[in-house]
Amino acid sequence: MAYLDSGATTIVDPEVIKAMLPYFTEKYGNASSSHIKGQEAKMALNEARHIIARSIGAKDEEIIFTSGGTEANNFTLKGIAFANKARGNHIITTKIEHDCVLNSCRWLETQGFEVTYLDVDEQGFVRTEDLEKAIRPETILFSVIHGNNEIGTIQDLATLGAICKKHKIYFHTDACQSYTKTELNVNKQNLDLVTLNSHKIHGPRGVGALYIRKDVKITPLLHGGGQEFGLRSGTDNVAGAIGFAKAVKLANKDHVEYMTKLRDKLIEGILKIPDTRLNGPKGDKRLSNNINVAFKYVEGESIGGYLDAEGINTSTGSACSSPKLEPSHVLLAIGLKPEEAHGSLRLTISRFTTEQEINKVLETLPKVIEKLRKMSPLVKFIKRL
Amino acid sequence: MYSEQVMQHFKNPHNMGEIENPDGVGEIGNLRCGDVMKITIKVKDNKIEDIKFKTFGCIAAIATTSMLTELAKGKTLEEAEKLTNKDIAEELKGLPPIKMHCSVLAANALKKAIENYKKKLTSG
Repeated sequence: MAYLDSGATTIVDPEVIKAMLPYFTEKYGNASSSHIKGQEAKMALNEARHIIARSIGAKDEEIIFTSGGTEANNFTLKGIAFANKARGNHIITTKIEHDCVLNSCRWLETQGFEVTYLDVDEQGFVRTEDLEKAIRPETILFSVIHGNNEIGTIQDLATLGAICKKHKIYFHTDACQSYTKTELNVNKQNLDLVTLNSHKIHGPRGVGALYIRKDVKITPLLHGGGQEFGLRSGTDNVAGAIGFAKAVKLANKDHVEYMTKLRDKLIEGILKIPDTRLNGPKGDKRLSNNINVAFKYVEGESIGGYLDAEGINTSTGSACSSPKLEPSHVLLAIGLKPEEAHGSLRLTISRFTTEQEINKVLETLPKVIEKLRKMSPLVKFIKRL
Repeated sequence: MYSEQVMQHFKNPHNMGEIENPDGVGEIGNLRCGDVMKITIKVKDNKIEDIKFKTFGCIAAIATTSMLTELAKGKTLEEAEKLTNKDIAEELKGLPPIKMHCSVLAANALKKAIENYKKKLTSG
């Protein structure tokens, strides 16, 4: 077996599970209760908050636990939009965001807000001049994905953040894929809001966090008992927060180096297959765990299907993996033709990925591509066009 | 998501390839949607003596064209023309609703191949 879909979710580190277990069985108190059991849970929750805050240069009270990345992104877009209506109704984002950002923006457009979706260059980078041009007096927020989930592009947050600061607009990044894999510092990068999540870094599913700079005006997401500084009520997921914080503590630079080495081996090996190209940038501006390749003349779901039959789990940004039949919006935004976008495959690794798994992919993939190309009418079809 | 029959035809497609000097050719689909199918047929005594497919597309696209060739082989042209996308989907024990269009394309590709054959007859 080879699991090459860690961008979708990761295996939970056994150390994480160990750290979480007591919070189900012994220390199960409600962190809002005033008795000792409750206060024990509260202390643990705050310790977890502290670990996450420190990892991005934030203050403890600026970290709000959420149920994950989708919630944190929804909270940001809607919370900022509604709290800052008096200032303006314009939001800027990009064409390569995760669906939870794009669909939140589309919904906000039905509520009287205006959204600009910035183009990106052929490697997926936002052009600073495009951001400058898009900013208007009524702009309140710029939201961009830090490490792109499909093609691995890591945006230059410091430069984009400086532009937002100059124009006094809030700056948000969705760091679900990049967290612990590349530098993330709210002060150096002028960030006002940051989306984080746990299950992409060997923590449990169902927990994430939103960093909200202290002076940011935002409408609470859930009204209730006043948990999470009154911004996100609901009984605290203490075990989840503990697991998340443990995952953050366990992540280190050696893992990034290890993943980078495996990533580059995989990229180099795959590109030996004729008529293939890497989607997204090379080197340190690419997420250390992301590989995305376009194979000419074949379709991504079929590649994934044959790999799956060989025990290799991958994913595709192609139409067929999702309920819509359009090719991946990210791949189209970096200039791929629809048929190239359809023929793309994403492989995402983790620090648990082994050299053997990489070798298995490099052994199997060329055969799969050859089989599908023999089946494809496109080789001649395209030449005739 | 897919039935066992779909996965079987995907993993071991029947009649894959292209007939040399075919009597009829049917090509269908577009690159934007990510499906292109090519059916080639050999006709003898008004019957489909041989049929092959080539497909660029998803798992369902490959499985439906494979199943189509199985259903059409040996049939008279009149019988083959009557094959519908529902016949293909039923033989495959169903397709996800979003993938039904693959069976429509497959059925139409065969119709085009038969048309192409008949056209050649009248013009030749």
